[in-house]
Amino acid sequence: MSAPTADFRAGSAEPALGTLTARFGRLRNGAAAMGWAELRKLRHDQIDIVTRSVQPLLWLFIFGTALRRNRALAGGYHDYRAYLAPGVMAQAALFIAIFFGLAVIWERDVGQLQRLLATPIPRIAIVLGKATGAGIRALAQALVLLAVLAATGIAIHWNPLKILGALVLLVLATGAFACLSMILASLVRTRERFMGIGQLVMMPLFFASSALYPLSIMPRWLQLLARVNPLTYEVHGMRQLLLGISSGGTLWIDYAFVTLFLAATATIAAKTYPRAIL
Amino acid sequence: MSEAAVLVDNLVVRFDEVEAVRGVSFAIEPGEVFGLLGPNGAGKTTIVRVLTTLLRPTQGRAQVAGHDCVREGLAVRQLIGYVPQAISIDGSLTAWENLEFYGRVTGVPRKERRERIEQAVDAMTLAPFLGRLGRTLSGGMLRRLEIATALLNRPQVLFLDEPTVGLDPTARRNVWERLELLGREAGTTLLVTTHQMEEAERQCQRIAILDLGELVAQGSPEQLRTQFAVPSLEDVFTAATGRTIEEGGSFRNVRANRRLSRRLG
Repeated sequence: MSAPTADFRAGSAEPALGTLTARFGRLRNGAAAMGWAELRKLRHDQIDIVTRSVQPLLWLFIFGTALRRNRALAGGYHDYRAYLAPGVMAQAALFIAIFFGLAVIWERDVGQLQRLLATPIPRIAIVLGKATGAGIRALAQALVLLAVLAATGIAIHWNPLKILGALVLLVLATGAFACLSMILASLVRTRERFMGIGQLVMMPLFFASSALYPLSIMPRWLQLLARVNPLTYEVHGMRQLLLGISSGGTLWIDYAFVTLFLAATATIAAKTYPRAIL
Repeated sequence: MSEAAVLVDNLVVRFDEVEAVRGVSFAIEPGEVFGLLGPNGAGKTTIVRVLTTLLRPTQGRAQVAGHDCVREGLAVRQLIGYVPQAISIDGSLTAWENLEFYGRVTGVPRKERRERIEQAVDAMTLAPFLGRLGRTLSGGMLRRLEIATALLNRPQVLFLDEPTVGLDPTARRNVWERLELLGREAGTTLLVTTHQMEEAERQCQRIAILDLGELVAQGSPEQLRTQFAVPSLEDVFTAATGRTIEEGGSFRNVRANRRLSRRLG
């Protein structure tokens, strides 16, 4: 056999660079690589998006249709299905995000996490890359839902800029919830336990938000909870953009709240993530 | 004397009450194939985790190519390749995508990436499997693919944690042939952990034997046999510890090994 390994001369690795530019470059490249891998996985498993879309469609067409004429639930809007659509999109993305932590535990068990943590990419790039992955999946799923809304004639504002704005908010929030999930995964040892905790976190987030009903019909104590729930701001912002309805508060507050939540969860996840391998 | 490729000095790693590594010291010369031997639970993987910057030692010093593993973690990670015991290939990506991914995350410049991937593919004879998803590859192919991904950044030191566990004899021989070539022709320093004494005897230039976190003997296979006046390394272990190598290993180790063997088919 020839000598193919001669090209791997030891010692020819790039020197360690600690400049700000180099650090930013590693962060950008690392997060981009993680996002690229998620896109590739999605390409190999397109059926996953279809199967994941079933649940939000059930919410929309069974739950939404049953309560279609209920104007109180729809905050005065004429069609509850349209009112529900942003909430269902956000809820489906929340499901994707929360169970991203399961992937972290799986990756630890199969050695992928150890391997990644031994590469030069910063921890925060791994976390942001994973968050991007969750965001990409949520985006693909949202596009399927938007297509279904268009096909079934459920009226939303079909303004491309507003739709883009809503999708950006969805991706940011999904990334943030994926980071929250990674924090939980780093604290939990087994997949079974994570499943329990995931449900425990997800259900209150979902029901104590404006995903299904407006804040105005909630009792005072639940309103207080909903007002500190990032899902409320995500859904509120999406509803403003897709339906033009608001229950108070401006759009920039929704973006700011979700972005701050993402910054906080990503920072904490980057600190706790390496603990997952112990 | 040249700077050691790997230096471990009085290393201690404690997990709460358990002392997994107890004052271990050894040095590996550049280009050397060095084996860390011992039963499951001896502390081999813990030492590798310290050297790959995954774990902070409780006490002592660990260096790779002159860089401290705690203070200069990034510099260390830029100079090493690491193949963990469990299969780290992403089964949802093809072999080529795995190579591309690790090329990206180990900082291989975009212009050189394709060439280095081609070299790694040649070195590990992966060309026929590049388009196949990781989960469809056999155990031997997976290990070779893993090693290929670990070569892309041209590491000075390659850490291989039980690289042949779960493989059949043919696949095992194949992996070792590739590693031998790598050490001989590229001058890469190899640190290999194993509990297979025969394999270590045949492939490693020097060996450190660990038991319950302590280093009980080190030297070339021949030196060790002479020192303990026994015919094989397995007997060296018994002579040094009073036990056989099969007695080690926790429930977690056994479960992990079985899961890995199942995954490797």
